[in-house]
Amino acid sequence: MKARNIHQFIGFGILRLCVFMVLSALFVILFDIFSKGHQSVSWEFISAMPRKGMTEGGIFPAIVGTFFVTVITAVLSIPMGMGCAVYLHEYAKDGWVTRLIRMSIRNLSGVPSIVYGLFGVVLFVQLLRLDTSILSAGLTLGLMTLPWTITASEEALKNVPQSYRDASLALGATKWQTVRTNVLPYAVPGMLTGTILGLSRAAGETAPILFTGAAFYLPFLPKSLSDQFMALPYHLYIMATQHHAIDKVRPLAYGTALVLIVLVFLMNFTAVIVRYKLRKVKME
Amino acid sequence: MLKEKKSSPRFNMTNKKNTSKEDNGIKITVTDFNFYYDTVHALKNINLQIRKNKVVGIIGPSGCGKSTFLRCFNRMNDTIAGIRYEGQIAIDDKNIFDKNLDVVDLRRDVGMVFQKSNPFPKSIFENVAYGLKINGIKDKAFIIERVEQSLKNAALWTEVKDRLHKSAFALSGGQQQRLCIARALAVEPEVLLLDEPASALDPIATAKVEELIFQLKQKYTIIIVTHNMQQAARVSEYTAFFMLGELIEYDITNKMFTNPAKKITEEYITGRFG
Repeated sequence: MKARNIHQFIGFGILRLCVFMVLSALFVILFDIFSKGHQSVSWEFISAMPRKGMTEGGIFPAIVGTFFVTVITAVLSIPMGMGCAVYLHEYAKDGWVTRLIRMSIRNLSGVPSIVYGLFGVVLFVQLLRLDTSILSAGLTLGLMTLPWTITASEEALKNVPQSYRDASLALGATKWQTVRTNVLPYAVPGMLTGTILGLSRAAGETAPILFTGAAFYLPFLPKSLSDQFMALPYHLYIMATQHHAIDKVRPLAYGTALVLIVLVFLMNFTAVIVRYKLRKVKME
Repeated sequence: MLKEKKSSPRFNMTNKKNTSKEDNGIKITVTDFNFYYDTVHALKNINLQIRKNKVVGIIGPSGCGKSTFLRCFNRMNDTIAGIRYEGQIAIDDKNIFDKNLDVVDLRRDVGMVFQKSNPFPKSIFENVAYGLKINGIKDKAFIIERVEQSLKNAALWTEVKDRLHKSAFALSGGQQQRLCIARALAVEPEVLLLDEPASALDPIATAKVEELIFQLKQKYTIIIVTHNMQQAARVSEYTAFFMLGELIEYDITNKMFTNPAKKITEEYITGRFG
């Protein structure tokens, strides 16, 4: 064999090994959670209240809590994120101010989630007097998701060919008409995909909701957005590290992890479906 | 900003404008025009006049500023950051850089077809109807009629009349470019800018587009940028030769191609460089 063929063989071999290692780590995690969690998951586990200090019963309030918090997150971050992205990409002049703003947004996406949590306490819980509630927690998660939403939405806008904008402007369309009819419709699938991925990440976060509304143990459902709530990731955190009988509730913790993973997976799957459907519609 | 003109009189088909006050035949006048990209002096002191209903070909080596020049007439360069211009371009004696002039109105009067055909990912019908709709026209019958007329004018009607509501992307390259011309014609501009409209087309499609240009000059003043010397010779009545941002020569095409005034023009036309 020639030397360069050997080099190629070694090169691709290393790359293949990288892929294999990443995939196996992922597989081990999923397998571990599924094998240890699937016995605990039953209809009762999903639909019942926790009982006896969370050693028995289900996780229904945690599922409901996570659901409502994610809805609040979406309500804040989808319109605001898309709006910011459209403004930055389509309207703002590309000067140093815009670049500074864009850089700040990128950096915000790297801020640790616990910092968002503390910021949420100060802004929503104390300053705006929303108390520890679904609203406070959802808004905190919304803020945390915004940098992701904006960045993903800007990417989606970047993928719309400049020629669509040129053609529209050259026909005498205003900038607004151009954005509305010839940019946004083609960017929305990408925007939504990025946003839903951001939401699914938010749904699994613990730190931002820790001080802003998540409760340790509430064996009843929240009645309004200003109530405290149980949430899946926080519930999992407690079951795994804070419970008085950790060994006893370990299967329940695994069950919770499985439910959380499945929910996140479903959201990501929805993102794929949304993208596919909208793509098809626009092409027809 | 957002107000749409409900029904501007120029879309009334029966009422085609007749503003021939002391018509001297001049449609466009470019006076001492300079254009800069940041610090790059892209167009240097351009002066020329374009007569109504004539086809003007702009030729010159790559990077000579011919596309930049073309994009000045509908101010498409405005979308680029860091540009600057001096001097003036007047269409019907109105300076297009006037602060009071709405660039949206200008672009409706000065249509453009781009080098790469760029139909919208919509149906053929929607592509042509787009310019009418954004200009606030709601009358369905009128839109249908105008779409048909525009497609006929662009010599595309017979090929697409049975699939108007199919995606424009299903058309061939040449058809897509004629669709873009139809789309530009639908808003009834007065001036038509063509930026190397046939550069990506095969010879047969090119011939069709050229034939089309020939017919269109009955109604429009046309400025066409082309890389192809034969094309310039075939379709244009006047030719402007640009080099390094300067207008070297501007004359009747026949004269320019048989007896150019400047040596450098002759060298370019005969293919000694470029």
